[in-house]
Amino acid sequence: MITLLFLLLGIMILGAIIALESRDLLSSIICLGIIGYSLTIIFVILQAPDLAIVQIIIETMTLVILIAAVLKTDREDTTETFGWRKMLIWGFGLVVIFLVMMAAVRAYRHLPAFASPSLQIAAYYIDQGLALTGAANIVAAIILDFRGYDTLGEATVLFTAVVGTMTVLRKTGRKEK
Amino acid sequence: MTVFLLAILLFFIGLYGVLVKRNLMKIVIGLAIMEYGVNLLFVLIGYSKGGTAPIWSRGMSEGTAMVDPIPQALVLTSIVIGLATTALIAAFAVRIYEKYGNMDVRQIRKLKG
Amino acid sequence: MKSGMTPIVRWTARFMTPFIMVLGFYVILHGHLTPGGGFAGGVFIGGAYFLMVLAYGSDEAKSVFYKRRASLFECAGIFVFWFLAVLGLLRNGVFFLNVLQNAAPGKPYAVFSAGIIPLCNLAIGIEVAAGLFSMFITLAVLSRKEKP
Repeated sequence: MITLLFLLLGIMILGAIIALESRDLLSSIICLGIIGYSLTIIFVILQAPDLAIVQIIIETMTLVILIAAVLKTDREDTTETFGWRKMLIWGFGLVVIFLVMMAAVRAYRHLPAFASPSLQIAAYYIDQGLALTGAANIVAAIILDFRGYDTLGEATVLFTAVVGTMTVLRKTGRKEK
Repeated sequence: MTVFLLAILLFFIGLYGVLVKRNLMKIVIGLAIMEYGVNLLFVLIGYSKGGTAPIWSRGMSEGTAMVDPIPQALVLTSIVIGLATTALIAAFAVRIYEKYGNMDVRQIRKLKG
Repeated sequence: MKSGMTPIVRWTARFMTPFIMVLGFYVILHGHLTPGGGFAGGVFIGGAYFLMVLAYGSDEAKSVFYKRRASLFECAGIFVFWFLAVLGLLRNGVFFLNVLQNAAPGKPYAVFSAGIIPLCNLAIGIEVAAGLFSMFITLAVLSRKEKP
């Protein structure tokens, strides 16, 4: 199971690098689809079925919207040139990522290792969740009963994003030249 | 711990895309990759070996080991909001292309239409 | 995306949309028993609308312009969610208290149990579905150059 996790993570990182360095924009978006669907399989491996359901539908919708956006604009990225400037940027990026990884190793050393979390608050939710709320789905009990205020904030953020889209993209009535 | 570092590496590849790339669509793709990396890191922290999904069903014994349900509750809404922001930014990119005729960020800055 | 697709695709989309919506409502209503819940079910229903807009094209979607009704449903969804939260405040002085579970607890694993959680799921599902539908109609219909 862990080897499958590493394999999928390797595919995701490779897909991310290809998506950003490719010259054809449709190939970039298909690589983004590879990352999203691998994330769905990883959610199933990590025992999170709610997230897998949401991720696969959202990934399909994101792909359709991005492909429609690419077909309305340029299909080829003309700013990608392979010269010494790009090698310089890659080298600099690698140095920055190396420094960040050193900091991350120092920070994550104090966490419990992978696949053995501390589960201090979650033990209370798992033991008392069914008795206190009556819901069998502990994730639904958390987002709607124990932490309902956070869900109110998230619903408001979604509402604001939709209203923002409709405000920016409405017909302005101005004559275009 | 290397699994956490790979998820952080995915986040930083997305950040590289947002900061360095000059095409608007590559910036949008970088933003989406950052969002995938963050969601993945959250769910990875909550995993426990031998645990099942945090849903009770009939006939399950009382002491069943379950994975941590709190990161799943936080990531569930984050995925839907990620779709809304990605669609919004893609719509902005299409509008900018219709107005300036170019997708290169440096050319748009020079045009000042 | 302007003129839609061939008649076979249109027939298939029209045939599959009721099933997708029924599955979406099932996932919303049983959100406290099976994986899913308000957000997953709302995304299902938004996806069914998205399929119809893609199959029939943006020209036809513009003529059947349900933007005001979708906006009404979205506002109603979040207002009902806020009202259920305030209901706890009015009863016992605690925001977001599960009033129905404390007053009349149901049997576990039944559909009519868990207090206000199914009602909150329904409100969130309607809000997410209507929000995604409004956003897709806006993106599909209004992102063209307006001809003077």
